[in-house]
Amino acid sequence: MPRNGWFSRRSRTARVMESVPDGIATKCVKCNEILFARDFERNLKVCPKCGHHHRLNARERLAITVDEGSFVAMDEGLTSLDPLGFPEYAEKFQRACANTGQTEAILTGTAAIESHPCVIGVADFSFMGGSMGSVVGERIARAMETGLERRLPVVMFTASGGARMQEGLLALMQMAKTAAAAGKLDRAGVPYIVVLTDPTTGGVYASYACLGDIILAEPGAIVGFAGRRVANQDMGTRLPDNFQTSEFQAEHGMVDRIIPRKEIRPALANLLSFFAEGNGHAI
Amino acid sequence: MQSNPSDIDRTITELEDIIATLKSPANRSRAIAEGIDIDRELVRLEEELQQVLAQRYASLSPWEKTVLARHKDRPYSLDYVRLIFDEFFELWGDRLANNDEAVIGGLARLNGEPVVVIGQQKGRDLKERQRRNFGSARAEGFRKALRLAKLAEKFHKPLISFIDTAGAAADLRAEEHGVSEAIARNLREVALLRTPILIAVIGEGGSGGALGMAVGDRILMLEHAIYSVISPEGCAAILWHDKSQSPEAQREKTAQAADALKLTAQNALRLGVVDEVLPEPVGGAHRDPVAMAATIKNALCSHLGELCRLSADELVDARYRRFRKLGAWAEQED
Repeated sequence: MPRNGWFSRRSRTARVMESVPDGIATKCVKCNEILFARDFERNLKVCPKCGHHHRLNARERLAITVDEGSFVAMDEGLTSLDPLGFPEYAEKFQRACANTGQTEAILTGTAAIESHPCVIGVADFSFMGGSMGSVVGERIARAMETGLERRLPVVMFTASGGARMQEGLLALMQMAKTAAAAGKLDRAGVPYIVVLTDPTTGGVYASYACLGDIILAEPGAIVGFAGRRVANQDMGTRLPDNFQTSEFQAEHGMVDRIIPRKEIRPALANLLSFFAEGNGHAI
Repeated sequence: MQSNPSDIDRTITELEDIIATLKSPANRSRAIAEGIDIDRELVRLEEELQQVLAQRYASLSPWEKTVLARHKDRPYSLDYVRLIFDEFFELWGDRLANNDEAVIGGLARLNGEPVVVIGQQKGRDLKERQRRNFGSARAEGFRKALRLAKLAEKFHKPLISFIDTAGAAADLRAEEHGVSEAIARNLREVALLRTPILIAVIGEGGSGGALGMAVGDRILMLEHAIYSVISPEGCAAILWHDKSQSPEAQREKTAQAADALKLTAQNALRLGVVDEVLPEPVGGAHRDPVAMAATIKNALCSHLGELCRLSADELVDARYRRFRKLGAWAEQED
């Protein structure tokens, strides 16, 4: 323990936390500030002290993004198999279902955002790290095809560690599948909007997450290809402090705007209305 | 585990040593002086070696195949380009910023027919390996590949792509220049490219870096090549991460990961990811690159013959459906 351990923020926090009943207070994972759960929820799980955007699961994200009652889920009957008989996959999968109450690492469906209809997909990092296996890829492709058929804009909230290792090559192929479906949207002129949330990495970032007409990101999200640990093995280069964050990607031209959580819903509504309206004839 | 595949079996190494010894001129003249029929002996030993090789290489484990796929003597893209095509006019650069030498490409003729070739290129010696970043492309390499793919489309030439990489570069520069965007864009654009595309996975098909140049109408894979969502080492580190393990225990775990990932050509065929597995010469492609190249050339010609009968619309539709159906899931009505 450091010499001044008793005076560090961590231990002060720990002592305060012990004196508060469960569920009333919580702690910022970044700055350790103690937050009243009610205030924290009201602030959409953004720390009022340091601005850290805590991860949301898919249901929480939907609740703060789409018009109440507008979400109609699609393809909930798609369930994963264990095509390789991969060690411990079945158990891990069952545990993820039980812990999250979800059937997979993404929810897709139709919804309205401030009355603008769209197809929406929301990845769930709490479900096996948001990893993209066959069902995740299939739900994304079907969502995009629905957007194509109904000419509805497609909005994707990404959160994933990458392809789901336990499904081997079939998981890798979901990168090609989702990118091809995004290509159909692109050619048909159906708007495709991506919101990068913490974290979006690996095969997900290198496929459908990078292909939006518009790419928004939440502040401070981890966004990158192979992870800081891998890049760090490259001897001799010093990685910048913001390496593989939303801010780093924005600095290098990969992100259109970094938008705080509270402002994402109005920003999406604005974009949807922009793409839906007008053809210049009224000017 | 040694990277030399001759260590896959000690018997093979021993036989090869004996044959090499007998073949040396000094030993040869001495044997003849002693009245030994050395040629008959050599024929017998060669036959035995072929038998042992054939048996051993027919039953390689996924990890042994990984070692073989990465072997330093295994033919690389440029070796096959030289052996397969009548001529090759190399083209450099991504027309944006750079010429990434982890990717090669250019104009070639296949049995006289013009085609555009791209490939992932490892290096033979240390200097070349560094120059080619060990075959790990950065954003510039994927953009170079896409530029050449678009060139093929524009002039209605078939595109042929050779896959051999441990994975895309994951360093600072790759990230700064948008390697993820470059891979994603390739996946999207090549999926809809209006010209026939053939892919040959010749060595290592390492994850997104391989896939970034491996979308096509027919995907061929050499018998001992590998294709995987993650390296066995990476998989083992995630599943059984424990720094305290001895090197032997870690190698054991890595071999287990290779098993679990089912990264062999035979499994890729079973999963529908590849269309054909091309048999390698006995003992692996590096023992007879000329024969291997002839096998690849035959396969390229026969698949291209079929694809060239399709219209651009039919090609793109079939390619979309090909990737669209990949995956394993169960479905109940909502």
